[in-house]
Amino acid sequence: MELTNLTIQEIHQLLITKQISSVELTKATLDRIHDVDKKVKSYVTVTDDLALTQAKQADERIAKGENITPLTGIPFSMKDCISTRDVKTTCSSKILENYIPQYNATVTNKLADSGAVLVGKTNMDEFGMGSSCENSAFFNTHNPWNLNHVPGGSSGGAAASMSASLCTFSIGEDTGGSVRQPASFCNVTGIKPTYGRVSRYGLISLVSSFDGIGPMARDVYDCATVLEHIAGHDPLDSTTYQLPITNYTNNINKPINKMKLGIPKEYFVAGMEAGVESALQEAIRTYEKLGMEIQEVSLPHTKYGLPVYYLLLFAEASSNLARFDGTRFGLSVSENAKDVIDIYLQTRREGFGDEVKRRIMLGAYALSTGYYDAYYLKAQKVRSLLRRDFETALASCDVLLAPVSPTTAFKLGEKTNDPLEMYLSDIYSVATNPAGVPALAVPVGFSNNMPVGMQLIGKHLDEATLFQVGHAYQQVTDWHKQLPSL
Amino acid sequence: MTNTIDTKTVKHVANLVRLGISEEEAQIFSGQFSSIIDYFNMLNEVDTENVAPASDIANAENVLREDEVKPSMNREEFLKNAPQSERGYIKVPTVLGDE
Repeated sequence: MELTNLTIQEIHQLLITKQISSVELTKATLDRIHDVDKKVKSYVTVTDDLALTQAKQADERIAKGENITPLTGIPFSMKDCISTRDVKTTCSSKILENYIPQYNATVTNKLADSGAVLVGKTNMDEFGMGSSCENSAFFNTHNPWNLNHVPGGSSGGAAASMSASLCTFSIGEDTGGSVRQPASFCNVTGIKPTYGRVSRYGLISLVSSFDGIGPMARDVYDCATVLEHIAGHDPLDSTTYQLPITNYTNNINKPINKMKLGIPKEYFVAGMEAGVESALQEAIRTYEKLGMEIQEVSLPHTKYGLPVYYLLLFAEASSNLARFDGTRFGLSVSENAKDVIDIYLQTRREGFGDEVKRRIMLGAYALSTGYYDAYYLKAQKVRSLLRRDFETALASCDVLLAPVSPTTAFKLGEKTNDPLEMYLSDIYSVATNPAGVPALAVPVGFSNNMPVGMQLIGKHLDEATLFQVGHAYQQVTDWHKQLPSL
Repeated sequence: MTNTIDTKTVKHVANLVRLGISEEEAQIFSGQFSSIIDYFNMLNEVDTENVAPASDIANAENVLREDEVKPSMNREEFLKNAPQSERGYIKVPTVLGDE
């Protein structure tokens, strides 16, 4: 039995029956990181000391039988855009390379309270801008299924750390597919929750109106367990819902027969890799066998999702990233600066990578006089139509099933020369974020030996149904149990 | 084909976001921006005559609270990340000109 390959549920049983200790498990995880991550490069920072301290505390909790949660003693990794007090939080950017937050994100606090053990912070595309992790200012992360391929992005390090068994769950962040696409590329289960379900306090913002922190795990059940512990209202984030958190695991075993599964026809068009298409068709047949009613639906504005998403991202990011100015924290390049403007110009020139530069400039362009109506305002209007598409489609069915990405993980370097081509790879994942709806990515097979994922898209705040439908699939398939050989 | 976004515009927006760029970079960005914006112009096909812009996601309510004095991060702790500080303040060069 390899401890690092087990699910949260399995480990929890071993911990509470005292068959293993959290220290033992955490050491096994850290040892594996120090061995295997030389090849995968999923971690920016490994928090050995903190992890062992938290593991000891977890063991004490278990020994006393106090405050034990399903996450107590479980090692996890976290995307490096989520603030951790006294632990570097870099967003994989030179501008934050040495930044050590003085406070925790709400999610960090919630996980610490539940007794989970942080083993490290994972690599990402700089500030979440990218689909392959190749925009990290530090190094590339490699796909554990084939080291010459990308792990996806922007939470590429998170997905790779899960897939390579370098943690038991991972916390990612999804602005336009950044949990779902890398999860699919690496054969991991992951969810982008409803906007406002998980607090963004302490998350370094990319697009404040799209960003969503979400877990990745070995299966749907684990994902549901983690979401239960990080979701909920937070007075420090006024966009969080006041509504109580659903117990996502309570009804997860309920049968799904007679439920309606919508297949959006605009997502099944030319351009999809043949092996991806056949894996998805097989998943639909599986649901048919499980008694779901399959019906075609239409999301007519799908092809406009990409420009809407990117224009709004550019605009919001250009404003969010204004705070990195070299005066209060982070990199500061002040040689020969004659005034504060020179510090801004020099710091941002040296501190930001090309993709970040492109996006904040395009954001200023989309917001500037003369172009605001044509780009920013137009995108906000079409965003209303995208939302309406989902509302209409989900009025007639319980969940939608769609591909996460038109292809499997591409090769490192394959798309780095053409920014637009990289954007086009996000075509199936971006529309959910401007609409705010939740989406769960689940492994459904392989194409040319690389993992394929589907996404189940649900109604606002109806993560419970997504988990139920995703879990039913994983009861009759074992794609999610396949591990890469490293 | 000429670029929709010329180098002059690139330099203008670079200045708006306080980003130093070279002439060579401006040329590269000009080409890339043009192909991106040209593609995004497909939004013009969509009739939005009677569509209100989205201004929120589903959960829009004003959130009000009492304005209470509470402990905040202490100054020394806060200044840990400041590149330069003096007498408890963040230090920067001249912000306003002489005139």
